[in-house]
Amino acid sequence: MRRALALLAALWLGLAPALAQEAQLADPKLEQRARDLSREIRCVVCQSQSVADSDADIAREVRGIIREQIAAGRSDQDIRDYLVARYGDFVLFDPPFKASTYVLWIGPFALLVAAGIGVALYFRRRAQEPARPRDLTADEQSRVERLLHGNADGGEA
Amino acid sequence: MRRLLFLLPVLIVAALVAALWRGLDPSRDPSALPSALIGKPAPAFDLPALADGAPRVDLAAFKGKLVAVNFFASWCLPCRAEHTYLKQLSAELGVPFVGIAWKDKPAAARSYLADLGDPYAATAMDENGRTGIDFGITGVPETFLVDADGIVRYRLAAPVTNDALKDEVSAAIAEAKQ
Repeated sequence: MRRALALLAALWLGLAPALAQEAQLADPKLEQRARDLSREIRCVVCQSQSVADSDADIAREVRGIIREQIAAGRSDQDIRDYLVARYGDFVLFDPPFKASTYVLWIGPFALLVAAGIGVALYFRRRAQEPARPRDLTADEQSRVERLLHGNADGGEA
Repeated sequence: MRRLLFLLPVLIVAALVAALWRGLDPSRDPSALPSALIGKPAPAFDLPALADGAPRVDLAAFKGKLVAVNFFASWCLPCRAEHTYLKQLSAELGVPFVGIAWKDKPAAARSYLADLGDPYAATAMDENGRTGIDFGITGVPETFLVDADGIVRYRLAAPVTNDALKDEVSAAIAEAKQ
């Protein structure tokens, strides 16, 4: 059991994200900010990974930039702006709400609302339709009588 | 109006088919990133030259003519692959290529160019990689066209390794020259 745990620990250390092996900021609070921020920045090479998880050259570079700028006293938003100016909104895992991303943000909800309206209209119309057919007119009634009572010439003779 | 309502599902399906059809296009690269710099001024740089004793390489010095900026590195295999095409492009089209050795050691980059030939009008060192980041590169090689006004007109985030890509770059150069 103990051996298994040791093995696991060794494996985990080996797999620990590249972050752990890099020069870190002396202030643990700032270092934490750097790590949190690098988790919301997309790696532009391995695109479904964050910069924090990626081992790509560019990701390492971006982590360095984040640390550097945090150490220089810049705000998280400053750093995001710096990266967006170079790589576009794509680098943010949480893209901003603006004209070019309206479809992205509103699209699913708009579809849901449209579908809801469609369903509501359908049910309303169904409720308005008479559940019972209208009564027969006198003419029709007499025709039914004739048919029922065996007059073969029940049609429009 | 009500009569036309039956067209709605047909239109929705048609739009869906068009969107999915586009998604199936084998020439479409879903991971391709549009450059944030197209149509914007190229990031200024003033970097040390690769060659000993050569003057610093300043992008501003090329203002007034079209220039191609090519990021490369001696440790990058695709860069080797595109090297022949770079030589052809700069020779045939008369556009100066500015080479930037990205995160490379000067000695390694120098022997790389000595071995393969030097297609560049000027070569700079970007040892800490920040000029590359300023250009928004995702790796090496990448090629940018900066027009006479210093505006980025085109970016290729791939090595030029076949005639089709070479033609694409030539066309982009011809367009940016106008």
